Amino acid sequence: MITILKKEFRSFLSLLIAYVVMIVFLLITGLVAWVFSDTSILEGGYANMDIMFNTAPWIFIFLVSAITMRSFSEEKKVGTLETITTKPISDMSIILGKYFACLLLVLITLLPTLIYYYSVSQLANPIGNVDTGAVIGSYIGLVFLAAIYVAIGIFSSSLTDNQIVAFILSMFLCFFFYSAFDMLKNIDLLKGSQFGIDWFGIGYHYSNISFGRVDTRDIVYFISMICLFIFSTKAVFSSRKW
Amino acid sequence: MSILVQNLSKLYGNQKAIDSINFEIEKGQVVGFLGPNGAGKSTTMKILTCFIPQTSGKAFVNGLDIEENSIEVRRQLGYLPEHNPLYLDMYVKEYLSFIADVFKVKQKKKRIAECIEITGLTLEHRKKIGQLSKGYRQRVGLAQALIHDPSVLILDEPTSGLDPNQVVEIRQLIKNLGKEKTVLLSTHQLTEVEAICDRAIIINHGGIVADKPTLELKSGLDKQTTIDVVFGNSISRALLEKLPGIQSVSGQGIEFTLTAEINSKIQEALFSLAVKENNNILSMNQRQTSLEEVFKTLTTDDNHS
Repeated sequence: MITILKKEFRSFLSLLIAYVVMIVFLLITGLVAWVFSDTSILEGGYANMDIMFNTAPWIFIFLVSAITMRSFSEEKKVGTLETITTKPISDMSIILGKYFACLLLVLITLLPTLIYYYSVSQLANPIGNVDTGAVIGSYIGLVFLAAIYVAIGIFSSSLTDNQIVAFILSMFLCFFFYSAFDMLKNIDLLKGSQFGIDWFGIGYHYSNISFGRVDTRDIVYFISMICLFIFSTKAVFSSRKW
Repeated sequence: MSILVQNLSKLYGNQKAIDSINFEIEKGQVVGFLGPNGAGKSTTMKILTCFIPQTSGKAFVNGLDIEENSIEVRRQLGYLPEHNPLYLDMYVKEYLSFIADVFKVKQKKKRIAECIEITGLTLEHRKKIGQLSKGYRQRVGLAQALIHDPSVLILDEPTSGLDPNQVVEIRQLIKNLGKEKTVLLSTHQLTEVEAICDRAIIINHGGIVADKPTLELKSGLDKQTTIDVVFGNSISRALLEKLPGIQSVSGQGIEFTLTAEINSKIQEALFSLAVKENNNILSMNQRQTSLEEVFKTLTTDDNHS
């Protein structure tokens, strides 16, 4: 697994994917959080980072899809899947290797945003008067969210040998699980059910955890979603043997 | 026994790709797997390398069941897939190092250097695989199959698409490898089998139509021998037709092509005829029945029962 992870991560670096993803992500969040007057933290007057945590899931929808789209599609197309699957390595190791390589890239992309936290806390009045709990919660939420997106992306990529199809499918699924359930909630037919249908969406749990309330139910939800898509990938990947 | 295949079948939908084939390959043999396109060569190899499962039957590599001990089988095999898929954006050494890691090769650097040398990649090993010519990519494919020093090599069309010089070099390489390893290679080129294989398995429509040592395969079908002869002075055709065992004569003047029954000692008869007629023979050449002919006979539908 580590071997595959290393190889995948190296290819992100050598194909410049890693740099492009990081630059795009930091540029967008940076502009939104500090420069654009409509949304800027400076203009807003509150010492919080909500704007970044609200924007990031949307940026991730396409960035994560872009990172993961080639993971299996390309190997299928070029035929290298045959090289790798005839080596003494289990299917699960290949999938997890690719999964963690993509996740690692996303996490590294997130790292520089810690500077935002430092800046906000320095700007706060009095200095350091920030709701640190909420920020930590939001980061945990964002990491889980990215982890689900990556699982969805890898799954989409395993379905097709066409990267564009994988990309679009992954964006759709990420969007669907992030916010579609929130929107479905408002359909009259589904109103009034005891457990809101929005419970199924990532957005519901993400906003829960963003308040700094790390609830086991949310964690269980996140982990189940990750497992669901990893095992679906495994099923698709092994289906060549059916 | 390096490879043992028992009643192996593979169905794609309703189409039978291979139909209960049986063969075994002894340790250290170089075996050529021959057949027209779509005969089932690649399918058999893909099953043996655990890429796809068989529909029924059993196969063993070094005594290990390919279904039950899949990982262990893969550890002992070196496989060069058809079309030689490679990660084109990786450097040659980087790629070999990755494959070596997958196999957990000990003394990795040394082994990579060895493989680069054996496969003749020394001049190109700093390049990206995508920049290499087809011949060199094929060598990279071979190098990755060899990196863990496997006892069994399975090579799917190792020389297809290479220029004649490269073909000769790759063949020589496989021949050298065959001295200590079991090699199963597939090809459409019969000359290849003649050049490097101890034994040929000819497969057609998913079934084995011949499985013989290369030498026997050629002689087995010889019922007649063909001789090209050039005399010093012209000689009458009628005289030649009277020779014992002769079946047909073509040509005139000094050049003739004769066919005769095998074992009819036609060469000796020709010499004594020339002496008797005060003539002489400038050249005489017995044609070998090529494997091409054998192959054609065995794999055309008329002869397929």
